[in-house]
Amino acid sequence: MLRADDVWFRYGSAQPWTLAGVDLQVADGEVVGLCGPSGGGKSTLARVLAGHLRPDRGRVTVDGSEPRARRGPHPVQLVLQHPERAVDPRWTIRRALAATGAGDDAIAALDEELVRPTWLDRYPHEISGGELQRVNLARALLTRPRFVVADEITASLDAVTQARIWALLLERCRAAGIGVLAVSHDRLLLEEVAGRIVDRTPVPDRGPA
Amino acid sequence: MSAAVAVPVPGRLGDRRTRTLAYVGLAVLVVLGVLVAGTLAGDAAQTTDLADRNLGPSAEHWFGTDRLGRDMLARTLAGLRLSLVVGVAAAAVSAVVALLLASAAAVFGGVVDRAVGWLVDLFLALPHLVLLVLLAFALGGGTGAVVAAVALTHWPTLTRVLRGRAREVMSSDYVAVSRQLGRGRWWIARHHLAGHLTGHFVVGTVLLFPHAILHEAALSFLGLGVDPGQPSIGILLAESMRYLTAGAWWLAVLPGLCLLVVVKLVDAIGENTRALLDPRSHHL
Repeated sequence: MLRADDVWFRYGSAQPWTLAGVDLQVADGEVVGLCGPSGGGKSTLARVLAGHLRPDRGRVTVDGSEPRARRGPHPVQLVLQHPERAVDPRWTIRRALAATGAGDDAIAALDEELVRPTWLDRYPHEISGGELQRVNLARALLTRPRFVVADEITASLDAVTQARIWALLLERCRAAGIGVLAVSHDRLLLEEVAGRIVDRTPVPDRGPA
Repeated sequence: MSAAVAVPVPGRLGDRRTRTLAYVGLAVLVVLGVLVAGTLAGDAAQTTDLADRNLGPSAEHWFGTDRLGRDMLARTLAGLRLSLVVGVAAAAVSAVVALLLASAAAVFGGVVDRAVGWLVDLFLALPHLVLLVLLAFALGGGTGAVVAAVALTHWPTLTRVLRGRAREVMSSDYVAVSRQLGRGRWWIARHHLAGHLTGHFVVGTVLLFPHAILHEAALSFLGLGVDPGQPSIGILLAESMRYLTAGAWWLAVLPGLCLLVVVKLVDAIGENTRALLDPRSHHL
């Protein structure tokens, strides 16, 4: 169970709260949709859940304890909206996948549907955005996470690629019992993929508290 | 020239990349030539011939002779060699200091980053040449002191550039992803930072050379630099001052011009290397 209990977060002590007392639960193998307008703090919440950002107050726990990122991969893996920003432009796809600690065999054994072998020795700019997003998904799955937070992962892709990526993600996560938090401003998409939808309304701008 | 640019001939000197590479290669060859010629001219630079004193440029002595009848071409070449050696040493030390400080700022962040930023601002706020003179004086003069003084005053600009680039890399999404994969700061420094800083580091180091060479000449001119017995360009210029009024223009003009040409060449190597490694910034 991934839980956020009364999480507060702001970017700097003089800034207004971006997250104010957020509670959220995702059970193992469950697909939860997180919906809300732009600027509502969805991405911030996603980053807090994955340990990129530390909450100012409250706790994020996996099975009751706070995950330690230092010891191996974080149990909550975040897949980001812009695939090209999530891979070092100087690395080949193979190197980006190997950064998970996966050996050559594990990388070679990846499903072609996810990562084609011909991509492995190319650089991120040499494959398309949709293909790179599949690489990012593969990278997250290679770490054998407990949860995947998908932050608008298909927002910049065409409808066909969008459907393919979501089908891949849901199929893999269902097979491995991985919980998914699907973050999007697109309610129709979430209704399609998620079993339950949580709405995030932006924190009213009260200034610094 | 514009006609040559308008009609690119791939593979020959037509396209820009080949031209830049050719230019860098040529400049490197000339600078190496100066180094070799300066080493070979070492003895000739010190040989006096009192029968040939204060001669103007001629077929026999292209750059003329000085008050002791020493050949000025040999002295200029030997002086350039010394300037280049001092410049290379000072630039290399400076660049390593810059790299260490910028990496420490990026890897440790927080207090270390602020301290490095403050140190850079402090050194940039102090008048460059005054600090240089003070340091050379405090270190007791001589070649070692010049290298140390130039090295200690030239790291801040490069540090600032490298620190900026390092911060950009450290705040990127791909570094956040690597952290999420459980990678520590040293791993990130080795695998992400090193690659992204190499280009800036190489170009920055090459562009430090001209500064270092000019400041070595300035210090030697002021009498705080290399041993006056050695022919450095600064010392040649300082010695020439007394004879300028007597009309011995070649003593100052020709070595001065040569220094200018070598500095411009090294600068061209740096700028063109930047154009090759980072074409985007070159067009800004």
